[in-house]
Amino acid sequence: MSVLVYTESDQGKFKKIALEATSYAKGVAEMLGTTVTALSINGGDASELGTHGASKVLQVSDSKLEQFNAKAYADAIAQTAQKEEAKVVIISSSANAKFLAPLLAVQLNASYAPNVVALPEGTSPFVVKSNVFTNKAFAKAELKSDIKLIGLSKNAYGLKENPTTAATEDFSPSLNDADFSVKVESVDKVTGKATIADAEVVVSGGRGLKGPENWGMIEDLAEVLGAATACSKPVSDMGWRPHSEHVGQTGKPVASNLYIAIGISGAIQHLAGINSSKVKVVINNDPEAPFFKAADYGIVGDAFEVVPKLIEKLKEFKVNNA
Amino acid sequence: MKILVCISHVPDTTSKINFTDNDTKFDTNGVQFVINPNDEFGLTRAMWFKEKQGATVHVVNVGGPETEPTLRKALAIGADEAIRVNTNPTDGFFVAKQLAAVMQDGNYDLVIAGRESIDYNGGMVPGMLASITGANFVNTCISLEVDGNNAKAIREIDGGKETLSTTLPLVIGGQKGLVEESDLRIPNMRGIMQARQKPLKVIEATSAENVTAVTGYEKPAPKGAVKMVDPENVEELVNLLHNEAKVI
Repeated sequence: MSVLVYTESDQGKFKKIALEATSYAKGVAEMLGTTVTALSINGGDASELGTHGASKVLQVSDSKLEQFNAKAYADAIAQTAQKEEAKVVIISSSANAKFLAPLLAVQLNASYAPNVVALPEGTSPFVVKSNVFTNKAFAKAELKSDIKLIGLSKNAYGLKENPTTAATEDFSPSLNDADFSVKVESVDKVTGKATIADAEVVVSGGRGLKGPENWGMIEDLAEVLGAATACSKPVSDMGWRPHSEHVGQTGKPVASNLYIAIGISGAIQHLAGINSSKVKVVINNDPEAPFFKAADYGIVGDAFEVVPKLIEKLKEFKVNNA
Repeated sequence: MKILVCISHVPDTTSKINFTDNDTKFDTNGVQFVINPNDEFGLTRAMWFKEKQGATVHVVNVGGPETEPTLRKALAIGADEAIRVNTNPTDGFFVAKQLAAVMQDGNYDLVIAGRESIDYNGGMVPGMLASITGANFVNTCISLEVDGNNAKAIREIDGGKETLSTTLPLVIGGQKGLVEESDLRIPNMRGIMQARQKPLKVIEATSAENVTAVTGYEKPAPKGAVKMVDPENVEELVNLLHNEAKVI
């Protein structure tokens, strides 16, 4: 009857979103008067999950699951949910979690709520609040099936420590050939660089930067802040930057702690995509740019003068606060 | 190859989002509806399969008569036939069930849907459809090639991409990258005229339950005023981010 949380890891270390999902699962478990069981597939140190509220960790180590495979992972999670008789299953909003979620929902016959931003408003009826219309609104929905699957939005609930001693147990799901009918041939992933999905800070450039040759200072600023780089839609459409950096309604959503927009006017589609970011800084030479209305801090000025100064001041700040 | 492209009828990206009936219904007043952008990339890729590999392309929408102009637009872009499942698309699972009936009935080899619709952002219909019908599934698909019964797809992952191989029948959740923005087609007069003659079949819904029910909507709280910093005093911004916003 416990609440099950699927905890994602990368290279043997739990991702921050896994700890956030565990913190959230603990909140739900308290509402239901039960405990949290975490499922870790080739994952990290189980005590980290205990710190965030898991009292049991089921550890799967299977070489067939070394690479993410949506169907096989969904099957493994479903079998865990059945074994634990879990009525609530929590996952993150990563690309992989969103890939496996609908498969898992059908397999478990569960009601699925994606992009959930807060603890349930109640558990009977079970009502959750989600982002809809690309962050322009929230919807509250009742999950009516016996089993509920919740996809937690990134950075919406935060990390909460709830020190618990996590008992570990090995678990071997029984996987079949059909689980691997989509095969991974190769993975092309940048390592050691912050991604838009995981970064605490995102630095984004727009048409105001005049050309791809001027992205050096965006990258320098991102490096000082340990940030991921992003861009507006026109910039990706013109091929100045890869599509994978396009943030906005038809690109990627950004839910970082800090979002710095440089030379981006702030079209409604762009604002929708970054609305879930906590603090927004806008640097633009046009005081009428609509982005200033959506910003927390703004500087009206020439990006080519302001950004190098900002990099310099941030470097000084880092030295003084090291 | 028989391709089914799922077309979601969504508010234009510039739409102001408001609600009526005590915040329980989306206010469509003054809202322009378009083909969901993620679906449009998929439809354009389907046109490539039609022109280069002789595929037949049908489009489908689950919705009321008000969605027909959107389906006609898809026909004007070049789809051969449209199907409308005449029912209110109440939740993702319900819609996936309707599409599963259409997919099985028409023996489609490939179903191209968008990664998510830009209205409810559920991102669940393509995967549920695949799961219900037993088809293979690739989400956030940015490249797709089909050779006989084999498919090669590239999917976007957090921080990179992944190349996958699989077989038909296949459902994909597509997005920009399947084709470029500049490849998107604006229907020409000839296409629009032809679209009027193409079949648009209206079929009745199959029975399926709703597993979720929206109880109401809310808009985000209004934002406080922006704090402006003098461009000659960038240090102040660093201070504010550290001491006030506490994000660095």
